[in-house]
Amino acid sequence: MELPIDYATLRVIWWALVGILLIGFALTDGFDMGVGTLLPFVAKDDAERRMVINTVGPTWEGNQVWFILGGGAIFAAWPFVYAITFSGFYLALFVVLSAMILRPVSFKYRSKRPNAKWRSFWDWGLFVGGFVPVLCFGVALGNVLQGAPFRLDTDLRAFYEGSFIGLFSPFALLCGLLSVSMLVLHGAAWLTVKAEDGPVTERARRIGEIAGLASIVLFAAGGFWVAFGGMGFRIEGLADAAGPSNPLRGAAAVRAPGAWLDNYGRHGWMIIAPVLGFLGAALALYGMRFNKAWAAFGGSSASTFGIVATVGVSMFPFILPSSYDPRSSLTVWNASSTHLTLFVMMIVTAVFLPLILLYTAWVYKVLWGKSTTGALVTNPDLY
Amino acid sequence: MDPAVIDLSRLQFALTALYHFLFVPLTIGLSFMLVIMESVYVMTKRPIWRTVTRFWGVLFGINFALGVATGITMEFQFGMNWSYYSHYVGDIFGAPLAIEGLMAFFLEATFVGLMFFGWDKLSRVGHLFVTFMVALGTNLSALWILVANGWMQNPIGAAFNPETMRMEVSSFRDVLFNPVAQAKFVHTVSAGYVIASVFVLGVSAWYLLKGKHIGVAKRSMTVAAAFGLASSLSVVVLGDESGYALTDNQKMKLAALEAMWETEPAPAGLTAFGIPDLKERKTHAEIKIPYVLGLIATRSFDKPVEGIFSLVAKAEDRIESGVVAYGAVEALKNNPNDVAARATFEQHRRDLGYALLLKRYVEDPRTATPELIKKTAWDAVPNVPVMFWAFRIMAGIGVLMILMFATAFALVTMRKHETKWFLWIAVLALPLPWISTELGWVLAEVGRQPWAVDGVLPTFLSASSLTVPQLITSIAVFTLLYGALAVVEVGLILRAIKKGPFAQHDPVPDGEPAEPEPLTA
Repeated sequence: MELPIDYATLRVIWWALVGILLIGFALTDGFDMGVGTLLPFVAKDDAERRMVINTVGPTWEGNQVWFILGGGAIFAAWPFVYAITFSGFYLALFVVLSAMILRPVSFKYRSKRPNAKWRSFWDWGLFVGGFVPVLCFGVALGNVLQGAPFRLDTDLRAFYEGSFIGLFSPFALLCGLLSVSMLVLHGAAWLTVKAEDGPVTERARRIGEIAGLASIVLFAAGGFWVAFGGMGFRIEGLADAAGPSNPLRGAAAVRAPGAWLDNYGRHGWMIIAPVLGFLGAALALYGMRFNKAWAAFGGSSASTFGIVATVGVSMFPFILPSSYDPRSSLTVWNASSTHLTLFVMMIVTAVFLPLILLYTAWVYKVLWGKSTTGALVTNPDLY
Repeated sequence: MDPAVIDLSRLQFALTALYHFLFVPLTIGLSFMLVIMESVYVMTKRPIWRTVTRFWGVLFGINFALGVATGITMEFQFGMNWSYYSHYVGDIFGAPLAIEGLMAFFLEATFVGLMFFGWDKLSRVGHLFVTFMVALGTNLSALWILVANGWMQNPIGAAFNPETMRMEVSSFRDVLFNPVAQAKFVHTVSAGYVIASVFVLGVSAWYLLKGKHIGVAKRSMTVAAAFGLASSLSVVVLGDESGYALTDNQKMKLAALEAMWETEPAPAGLTAFGIPDLKERKTHAEIKIPYVLGLIATRSFDKPVEGIFSLVAKAEDRIESGVVAYGAVEALKNNPNDVAARATFEQHRRDLGYALLLKRYVEDPRTATPELIKKTAWDAVPNVPVMFWAFRIMAGIGVLMILMFATAFALVTMRKHETKWFLWIAVLALPLPWISTELGWVLAEVGRQPWAVDGVLPTFLSASSLTVPQLITSIAVFTLLYGALAVVEVGLILRAIKKGPFAQHDPVPDGEPAEPEPLTA
């Protein structure tokens, strides 16, 4: 069967789609996790905490599916990436999973009993379920930028030559902190939109300002590190964009310090991503300072979008370079599913993603309005 | 590879999957029962039905949280623990998982919040629509997961590509309409409906025995009796066996669960009892029911059902043929344009997986002696006693469930809800369907061994290159975390049952005796 879209184009489309799904995750589940991280610090008594939890109460479940779908889409579109990152970062991902297992039950179980210790325990569960994954995702992206220590044998079996501790290099930690500040800012912005005005939003704005400043500083520092810290990989010669998905065949990748900036010279428009990262954070700061909730939320959303997109466009066509054996590096051209799978999955996504956005928007519309402490008394369904 | 890594990886998968499936079938079944209950509310507008719906909804929510939480592990541990598997079949296997997210899980998870929080924000019909979307999403989710699992049992619509060293899809239509997947879907969701019915029946029976919440309990019991009878019939009649005549490996699974060493001539009889003996490769003290096996496995009275010996002989031939395919793949690795090797490969490609079975004993299957091949062919047999007993307990419980729901249905129809001896049976039967469904998965997965993907990729080659300490860490923490959460969940469910249907929401309607409830949030 002749497919209407060629293999190389589909590979680029899927690079963009995976990017969109991961950004969707960062934008939606991002504020849930930001709110979870902020919970013990912005809300002091039980009523405040319940009010904060209920700003995301009815929607975090749907938001979390972006994460699950991100995993599924990477499995379907880039089986190599799914297989190698998740087994290579085994313990790190395991920590993320444990935290994310704690999160749903913390939401559901927290307010089922009046006992203060019980509630405080699950409040910290929500904190861990927000903070730990956010930190780990940042650290993981830092490692992806630096290259992961894996190699492939001729059967294309992957061997990981690094350690758990090795994941926490200074640069990766910086990325982890950036991730935390970016989503704390986003969570704080969400609270200014969705929580009733009062001491909680005041605290959120104060923490949000710090997080916004930290985001800008860390993002800039990360950029310098990427440019001058010896990071980067390049494909030697011409990659076969429609070749078989076998990293050991075709053009090999080599280490090339500074190469993560190449794309901005080649495709000038890509500079939009980092610019959005900075300007968004600045807009969010303005919103925090002058109590403009929607400016804060719009700014933090733009900033999150820009920062995540910056990682993607800087590395293109690389997805996961190997620091141990650059020849094993995974790129958009050598790590994808087949032409047919990419095509069928693109059609399925094109049908269902708009539907998802549509009904999600409807649900948000039905639930429109601020979360208040008053509602806790009148509505027994709330968390 | 270190055999301990493989054993521990399998142990972790078994623990997390079986644990996940304690919660999932209740979600699948209860979501539809909520739709039924709420439909009655919408049609009759009687508030008691709203109370009924919301009460089971609270229990649904407690259970749902753990189903979701443990499902996160499932989505990611293929990559974490079964890295080579993920690479080898990701082109096919990843798609249904991604579609599950897009089509089903998003629907379920987006609407479930509104289902709990939207009672006052939506019209009656609007809320019923939301509940229905949750049920639809949950059941579609099961469909896609079973399409994925069905493909592992019967990998059609795909072929090995030596250029990329993996299986690649040739027809999504075949993967989707895989008869094994279809049979599994119907069988598994029906089992979920049975579990939910037993749950509702058992809890209602408890209330009736205690003389509490009579109005809610009777109505719930009526729904459970009808829904449970239909589903328990469906789970047995539309059993999983319809696919067992399809492939060598499916036939092997059938022979193993029957502990049937010799080919059973037509019309094949079903073994009701026996004692499988692995050493002598015989089953002692067999009691057979004539005709039944032929009917189940071949849908006929005139076809024989193959036994283990005959299937092992076939496996031996396929290993020999697979070694030739393996040689051709190695030649193609060195020179992708080797025309002769390509032709040889095409001829033997369907047996390539069988050569990989030899990798347990030798690095290069081409060096295997005929004795080793003979020995390895016996690896194609799954664990016979486990299969034999798991099947008998599972099927036995299935039959008991039909009897129980038939009785319940009769009693409910005669308006004899408060028949004491039956209420006790309904309470005591609570754990049975869980035992049965867990054993169903044991049958499906142990029955597929030694394969991760039937005839394509052995389990021992599928694991990630992890270390024993890594796995021990994750298994230990999972066990602790899951164990603690199970205790919390059961505690909360019991607490919610104790508090009863009027604890949180509605005033006492419809002549229920008003009961003082503890004033806790």
